[in-house]
Amino acid sequence: MSYSIKVNKVSKKFRLYDQRYTSLKERVIRLGKIPHREFYALNNVDFSVSEGESIGILGRNGSGKSTLLKCIAGILRPSEGEVRVRGRLAAMLELGAGFHPELSGRDNIFLNGSLLGFSKKDIQRKFDEIVAFSELSKFIDTQVKHYSSGMFARLGFAVAINVEPDVLLIDEVLAVGDEAFQAKCIEAVKNFQKQGKTIVLVTHAPDLVRANTTRALVLNEGVLISDATPGESIKVFREELIALDTEKNDQKTKKDDESVWQKIKIKHCQIEALKLGASIDSSSGLKVIYDYESELQGQPAIVSIELHDLHGNLIFSIDSGDLEEEIYLENNGRIIFEFSSMPLLDGVFSISLQIKAKATGEILAWRDSLEKFEVLNRSKKRGLVDLEVKLIHARMDSY
Amino acid sequence: MVQQLTKQKAERVVAAKIGLGERFLNLFKRRDLLALLIAKELSVKYKNSVLGFAWSMLNPALMLAVWYFIFQVVLGSAIQYFAIYLMSGLLAWNFFASSVQGATTAVVENGEIVKKVAFPRELLVIAKVGQSAVFFLFQAIVLAVAMAVIEYKPSLQALWLVIPAFFAAALFGCALGLILSALNVYYRDIQHFVEIALFAWFFAVPVVYSYTATLGPKLSSKGVENFLHAVGLGWFHLPWLYLADPIAPVILSFSRAIYGLRYGNFGGQIRPIVPHHSLVWFLGLDLYSIFVGLVLFLIGLKIFSRMEANFAEEL
Repeated sequence: MSYSIKVNKVSKKFRLYDQRYTSLKERVIRLGKIPHREFYALNNVDFSVSEGESIGILGRNGSGKSTLLKCIAGILRPSEGEVRVRGRLAAMLELGAGFHPELSGRDNIFLNGSLLGFSKKDIQRKFDEIVAFSELSKFIDTQVKHYSSGMFARLGFAVAINVEPDVLLIDEVLAVGDEAFQAKCIEAVKNFQKQGKTIVLVTHAPDLVRANTTRALVLNEGVLISDATPGESIKVFREELIALDTEKNDQKTKKDDESVWQKIKIKHCQIEALKLGASIDSSSGLKVIYDYESELQGQPAIVSIELHDLHGNLIFSIDSGDLEEEIYLENNGRIIFEFSSMPLLDGVFSISLQIKAKATGEILAWRDSLEKFEVLNRSKKRGLVDLEVKLIHARMDSY
Repeated sequence: MVQQLTKQKAERVVAAKIGLGERFLNLFKRRDLLALLIAKELSVKYKNSVLGFAWSMLNPALMLAVWYFIFQVVLGSAIQYFAIYLMSGLLAWNFFASSVQGATTAVVENGEIVKKVAFPRELLVIAKVGQSAVFFLFQAIVLAVAMAVIEYKPSLQALWLVIPAFFAAALFGCALGLILSALNVYYRDIQHFVEIALFAWFFAVPVVYSYTATLGPKLSSKGVENFLHAVGLGWFHLPWLYLADPIAPVILSFSRAIYGLRYGNFGGQIRPIVPHHSLVWFLGLDLYSIFVGLVLFLIGLKIFSRMEANFAEEL
């Protein structure tokens, strides 16, 4: 099949300045020499997108995904290589980008449409549709500065989607506006797919990629590290996130263990999946093992465990009191929490352990979110919890 | 456009360099956008003022009145109808200066669009020149009305000179605008330098004084010629240097076309206020300016094209 977008060995080099000199005066004073480092925001990225394909691009902040999108859109030009795009392209990097607050909605539709590359005639032909889609007919002659942010986004999306682009680039813009409008946007994007148009979706939300695309790329520090089905790419993306987190936490671990908690030292923690594999799926169980050393042999304590997602939301928590277990500390002890199943959907979750003195409630040791495990969802379910569900549909009188 | 697309979808290439040919083609293809950008600038500027567009006519009219009062009534200039002389030169100068001044900040001012939307950015610069052209028209109307009121007759057979002169100013303004607007993205103080430079430049062209009556004779005086001869530059004439400024011919042409050929009494000597030469002489100078403007425009587009690649990051 013929390609719609071809990214041909694209690199983008940026200069990083320790200090920005944005005046000629400073430049002259420094005799033209400004200390800087060069770094590649994109490094030899090479892929192509077939006509009618919907792909997702995943990556952390700073992974180069936005730079890539800007290169495809033609906002930035690559330092090396080239991007070829067939057909009309609409880039939704920010809804309503290029709207002028002092102009009316009507004027802005023309200006924005024209900026996106459409002729006046095209926009005139589509004008009524755009207004209808945005649901702003009452306010179309009002200055845009009086619009709410939701109205602003609605008009922006309406222009971009209604001028019939062949290729649509979307950068996390679907997360604006009220829910009804969001649903409308997603429906419009799906219609787009049905018409055989090409879509590139850039996001750090794996769920969006899973639900809307057939292929996903993962960028890490400007390098394409995965180009596969959404499921596989999401897995690569997750592993990369975990790797980064562990690196960051190594120093923290030492500090926690050595200086703060003097009475109990947690020597070791191990997460043992009851089924083997790098990540677990919802049906497998999980065993968390903590080894500790303490000076408080025989003292009664309360041990608690918490699961958090990566945003820090508490997913689950329980302590030894709730489980009606009496804990007396040992010199060298081992604490094991055994989960028989983990009914969660996609995500990386962290585990925290806390040991408190039962009498005083004093925190004796707290290992906070240092261990992580990943749940990989092999089904099409989305969200947080893996609920068992059955769908029944029949005529009313027969059921 | 739509039918064409169903046959063969146009392919667009984003690479490190864009050829000049493609740039010109883009400019032509996106003329709708250029018109809208100019309209945007104008309507944003006047939407909130009560008098709206009338204001932009009132401004030059008031200026005309003030200049007339100072130079004719208070100072008593040797130039007859000084206000008309001044306004004909100022018409051209204001167009050029506001083009350059406006264009310099064009990219930075529209940073939000430049960062988020892909389009030929030079349109922002050209739109500023277009906007200045609209003001030029307003001022021309004011001047025409003033001339009609005092029954001042322009030299009709020379009036066509404003066309090549205007074109030269537009081209030269675009060229400078392209270079300065790109530089201003990287060095934000360029815009202040431009302001000062334009102020100085204003006095280097014959708007508030007559070149032939005051500066011209001094530049080609015996003393200067002798000095040049002594240092081995006998072939060189200082007036050449003065006229080498591409804007000088523009101002002279406007004065010749609108103010016409008049003489004044300067310290006992009767001298022409505007150079007493054939219209072909003026046209020749204008063609020279157009040539310089064109060369500089191509260089400017090249520079702009190079610097543009990183605009979205620098803004």
